[in-house]
Amino acid sequence: MHEVGIMESALAVISREARANHATNVTRVVLRIGAISGVEPDALRFAFEAVAPGTIIENARLEIRRVPARAHCRDCDKDFTIESGYIFQCPRCRAFSGDVRSGREIELARLVFATSPTPRHVHQH
Amino acid sequence: MSINTDQQPTEGYRINALNRAAFPARRDLSAPLSAEINAALQSSPRGEVQVRALDLSIPLLERNDILAERNRGYFLGRGLLALNLVSSPGAGKTTLLERTLDEFGLEHRCAVLVGDLETDNDGRRLNRPHAAVAQITTGTVCHLDASMIARGVESIDLAGTRVLFIENVGNLVCPASFDLGEQLRVVLLSATEGEDKPLKYPPIFKSAHLVLLTKVDVADALGFDRKVAVENIRRIAPQAQIIELSSRSGEGMPQWYDFLGSHLPKQA
Repeated sequence: MHEVGIMESALAVISREARANHATNVTRVVLRIGAISGVEPDALRFAFEAVAPGTIIENARLEIRRVPARAHCRDCDKDFTIESGYIFQCPRCRAFSGDVRSGREIELARLVFATSPTPRHVHQH
Repeated sequence: MSINTDQQPTEGYRINALNRAAFPARRDLSAPLSAEINAALQSSPRGEVQVRALDLSIPLLERNDILAERNRGYFLGRGLLALNLVSSPGAGKTTLLERTLDEFGLEHRCAVLVGDLETDNDGRRLNRPHAAVAQITTGTVCHLDASMIARGVESIDLAGTRVLFIENVGNLVCPASFDLGEQLRVVLLSATEGEDKPLKYPPIFKSAHLVLLTKVDVADALGFDRKVAVENIRRIAPQAQIIELSSRSGEGMPQWYDFLGSHLPKQA
C-alpha cells in the first residue's frame, strides 16, 4: 500500500550513504522486509522500477530478504516462527502470543557500490 | 508494547567489507557480481575502482511515520495521553466519547479530534464547554494521518488537557497502517457486528492495546456470543486488554475509566 513512499525513503537514505562514502554508482540494494510489515515485495520491486531512473540506484539490482515473523512464548520461554497469518500460536503448548520479536522490519540492510579511489585524508587524533 | 516506536532512525552503520581489489580472490565471482563490477568499472573514467559493501540496519520511515514520531514527542512533552479510536462505522465511537466526556471528562480535562469524510455532525455531538473538540473532514480519504493530527491539535487549546481522544474515520482496514503518534490504540468491536470480525480484519486488532466490545447491552437480543468474540480477539491480539461495555447501560464504563486513569502520564 505504501511501497512507493518506502522506496522514496530508501532512495533518500541511500543517497545520503552514497554521498558520505563517495560512491559513484550503486550496484546492489538489499532490503530486509518482515513478514508482517504490511509491505509486499512485488509492489516494492514495482516501486523500485518507478523510483530508480535518473538516480544513483538506476543501475542497481534490488534484493529483498524476507524476515519471518517470530514471537515469544512466555510459558515455554522460547521463540517460535509463524509460517503464515496473524494468529501467533506456540507450536509446543498452543498458547497465543502477542510478544512479536521479529517480522515488522522495513530496513535498508546492505549497499554495494563503486567508489573512485578517494584522496587520502589526514586524520588527526 | 508500542506501535512502531522501535523504528528509531539509526545513524550508525558497520562497514563489513572494504576491498581495494574488487572482491577477495578466493571468492568465485557469480555472474551477477561480475555484472556489478563491470557496472562499477564503467562508471570509473580511469578504470580504477573500488567496490565496497556496507552492511546497514536503517529503518525506512515513511513521511507519515516521521510526522507521527513528532506528534508522539509533542504529546509526551505536554504530559498528554493520546488515544487513537478505530472501528467500523457505527460501532459506537462517538456515543462512547459523549458519555466519557460527561463522566471521566469532568475530572480530567479531555479534548477530541474527530475524523469523518463529510459533515461536522460528530464534532457537534461531542461539543462540550469543558472539552475542546475539532472536526477533521477528510473529503475522500479513508483514514486520518499524522499530518492531519498535527494540524488538528494546532486548532484547539490543549492547556490543562490530560487526554486527547482521536476518533478515527470509521474503517477497519486503512487506519491500521497509519500511526498518528498516539500512545495507545483502541479498537472497538460492537455486538451488532459478527463475532469473527477479528479473524477477518486481523491487522487492526494485531495493533490494538485495548479492544472494547461495545453495545453488550443488546448482545443477547442479537444472538451475539460475547464469549466467542472475546476468544477470537485473544487469538489475534493476545497483547490487548479487553473491556466489554455499553455506553448506554453504563456496564463496563468504570473499567474503561480505570484504564484511562492508569495510563495518564505523570504531569509535566
